[in-house]
Amino acid sequence: MSSSASPTSQPNSSPHIQSLHDHKNFFWDKLHLSERILEQVLSQALSAGGEYADLYFEYVSSTSLMLDESLVKSASQGISVGCGVRVLSGERTGFAYTDDLSLDKLIRAARTAALIASGPATHPVAGFNETKAPSLYPIAGATADADISAKLALIVRADVAARAFDPRIVQVRASFNDELRRILIAGSDGTFASDTQPLARMSVFVLAKDEHNTARGTSGGGGRVELSFFEGDKSPEHHAREAARQAILQLNAVPAPAGDMEVVLGPGWPGVLLHEAVGHGLEADFNRKKTSAFSGLMGQLVASPKVTVVDNGTIKNRRGSLNVDDEGSPTQETVLIENGILRNFMSDKLSARLTGCKDTGNGRRESYAHIPMPRMTNTYMLAGEDEPADIIRSVKRGLYAVNFGGGQVDITNGKFVFSASEAYLIEDGKITRPVKDATLIGNGPEALKYVSMVGHDLKLDEGIGTCGKDGQSVPVGVGMPTIKLDRMTVGGTGH
Amino acid sequence: MATQALTSPADITTLTTDVIARAMRAGATDAEAVYREGDEFSVSVRMGEVEQLTEAGSRALGLRVFVGNRTASTSTSDLSPEGIDHLVHGAIALAKVTSEDPFAGLPDYGTFGQLDPKQHDLGLFYDDVYSLPPADRIEFARRTEAAALAADTRLVNSDGGSFNASTGVRVLANSRGFTGTSRRSYCGISVAPIATEPDGQMQRDYWYSSALSLKNLDTPESVGAEAARRTLRRLGARRVPTQKATVVFSPEVARSLLGDIMSAVNGDSIYRGASFLTGKLGEQIAGENITVIDDGTLPGRFGSGYFDGEGLPTRRTVVIERGVLKNYLLNTYTARKLNMHSTGNASRGLAGAPGIGSHNFFLEAGEASPQQLIADAKTGLYVTSIMGFGVNLVTGDISHGAAGLWIENGELTYPVEEITIAGNLKDMLRNISGIANDLLFRSSTSAPTLRIEGMTIAGA
Repeated sequence: MSSSASPTSQPNSSPHIQSLHDHKNFFWDKLHLSERILEQVLSQALSAGGEYADLYFEYVSSTSLMLDESLVKSASQGISVGCGVRVLSGERTGFAYTDDLSLDKLIRAARTAALIASGPATHPVAGFNETKAPSLYPIAGATADADISAKLALIVRADVAARAFDPRIVQVRASFNDELRRILIAGSDGTFASDTQPLARMSVFVLAKDEHNTARGTSGGGGRVELSFFEGDKSPEHHAREAARQAILQLNAVPAPAGDMEVVLGPGWPGVLLHEAVGHGLEADFNRKKTSAFSGLMGQLVASPKVTVVDNGTIKNRRGSLNVDDEGSPTQETVLIENGILRNFMSDKLSARLTGCKDTGNGRRESYAHIPMPRMTNTYMLAGEDEPADIIRSVKRGLYAVNFGGGQVDITNGKFVFSASEAYLIEDGKITRPVKDATLIGNGPEALKYVSMVGHDLKLDEGIGTCGKDGQSVPVGVGMPTIKLDRMTVGGTGH
Repeated sequence: MATQALTSPADITTLTTDVIARAMRAGATDAEAVYREGDEFSVSVRMGEVEQLTEAGSRALGLRVFVGNRTASTSTSDLSPEGIDHLVHGAIALAKVTSEDPFAGLPDYGTFGQLDPKQHDLGLFYDDVYSLPPADRIEFARRTEAAALAADTRLVNSDGGSFNASTGVRVLANSRGFTGTSRRSYCGISVAPIATEPDGQMQRDYWYSSALSLKNLDTPESVGAEAARRTLRRLGARRVPTQKATVVFSPEVARSLLGDIMSAVNGDSIYRGASFLTGKLGEQIAGENITVIDDGTLPGRFGSGYFDGEGLPTRRTVVIERGVLKNYLLNTYTARKLNMHSTGNASRGLAGAPGIGSHNFFLEAGEASPQQLIADAKTGLYVTSIMGFGVNLVTGDISHGAAGLWIENGELTYPVEEITIAGNLKDMLRNISGIANDLLFRSSTSAPTLRIEGMTIAGA
């Protein structure tokens, strides 16, 4: 962790400006980059014309620890370093990357990306203008700095707690993964940003077995946090007991029902509904190309008036939060749907340039070897006024789903699915039996029109979400209060 | 640019040998290095215009060390002397914090090997994937999209056509004397056209062709036409009522089902008891019409290779023979846990312990035509795509979003969407009532059209 500049050497800078210098210094000191090199490479990137070029330098160190059958069976560490060069010319993107940061290799990548344009050279603006960014996560003291034995202690505790929960817990796997991603972005429009992004996640997977059945349970959490985050209510014991509780519960689960019914979704991770039903469909690239089921619906009713959905990359310590996005733009809170009306798309620089919409700081990429595109950060529904208990009481026969696996959406026809991993039948207003895993399916622009009740219990997820788009994975968050949908299709095998 | 290896074969061998030697000097009792490098070219064209053009190369090194029965691994893309120093000492330091595991270790002496390319040329590398000049590569993508959009006036938009090519080299070497080099090429074209219904609703589908050599790629025109056909047949889709029904799986969806079977016979899930097929070896788990094979030795196939991720020769493994579960897919570790022998299915990424991967994993074709399977179904669902991750391998329960065509009087009628199909793999394996003759090795996991009785459809 670089922290070479002393606070007093920058008399007029606030703490967050100070941190910017720290992020940048790593690239100057360790990777021998300089503003002059960046300018030189950007000039080459625009040597065949083009309206914009940017460089994305990345240095990621990651650690992965796994406890399995009560043994630390696997430990690994990795370093990934490289630079992606992008050139925009109208709707065209030229892209090249290199994992060798020597000047000749950077220039070669820049000249390769430059070939997307075909005209006289254009010139980067002189000088860089640093993006002012908040400090949403720890710089020093993130988990990457912590002693490895302290991380091992966490997964050992998870193993012990899961096995102690119930003698029917027969297998426990606990893992701790963290990374420190340092990025530096320089654009031909003078964009200059750097950041150091910690990310940690702990996961527990268990199997429960009785004389008849075997069942699984999982729990996990994390964020852009210090190691102390994993004490208190997000402790290894919490996740171990949660995974074990789910697995034991599933031992006696009955088949989920099949067909249309009332569905109540619990708070937190079930917000994956929003990510699939509306989130992807509101990414600006799909709407610029008119390939989204939401294209042309701006200003129209796409959800019940009780529904307000935001994407917010500025929440402290969250997995989906960023000080700056991967194009060097500040992140923000963007209202996507306000009282049921579609208000905004999530955009990156390219879609903002081409459509005139605002760049909402949603330009993200998996790594230097990937092209940025509009992606979600933390996407959630704002709280309503209903009492969660009243919501359940209002259901005659339906499903109460509190935990989910992944989901998926077809952007173009709007059909989306998400798979419940912990759900119960509601009969005559009461939660009765647990049911087995089942996929729920709906139609994005229609599904949220059936939201008839919204609880006051907004909760964000535990910090485990990873979103895939065009083969690129990025960490995201979701959240939701308890809600009731008057109609949704439940894909079980029962009655 | 990068149509040549970034590093010469001799330099790579020196690099891996040196890393292993340094690890042994630093205290390792065994070590294994993997080096990977590759380059890629991709172009996408949308509505006739170039949208994205990518060209790049990369390389990285991974190291796995054993200190007695403890093990750890490191990886880096920083191949400078400091980067490699960090790789070696990081791995040794990390191994010291892991646990003694009596099952850990490299494969036993005497088990290493690889298919002899002189006797068994798998034909995995063709440099013709980069033979086209850039303008012609762009033209490949443009033609694929143009062919799709020209097929019908309702095809008015597109997610683009693409051409991509890549080559890669992988070297695996260890302290027990194994060194293997594997070179691969790949190329592909695809297109995703969008059709619009009179009421403004849109449907999208896609088609692709991929191959190890440019000469084995389907023509852009045939790929475009097939993508158009697949997209158009979705127009006007509706829901069907909730019911029990016969479901005919198209090869693309049957392949996903076979992927679930592959995961269920993965030794890692087996020894943990995390698969519904744990303890079922030798039992009749499927109808006598079902034979499933994993074969890494088939020339010209995507899943073939001369050696696996631990340096054992690849082989043909019968997984299910006439319905009887014959073999799990194992690497060295899971074989030791189960007191069995590795099936040569170790898969090795850059970092971490080897996992398990299939080679060419396929269900043997039957004799009926796909049309016959549909005709004999009388009524049911022909499913052409599924969505979501609704698979629980512990119990065998599956539940997916689905789209396809409704079968009535033995014929495909109207398109169907926004429904789910659900069942349990244990039952589904026994209820396969038809296997078609249309097995094509379009990817490393392949299956023909399948008909399964008694699935639950949830819908309107």
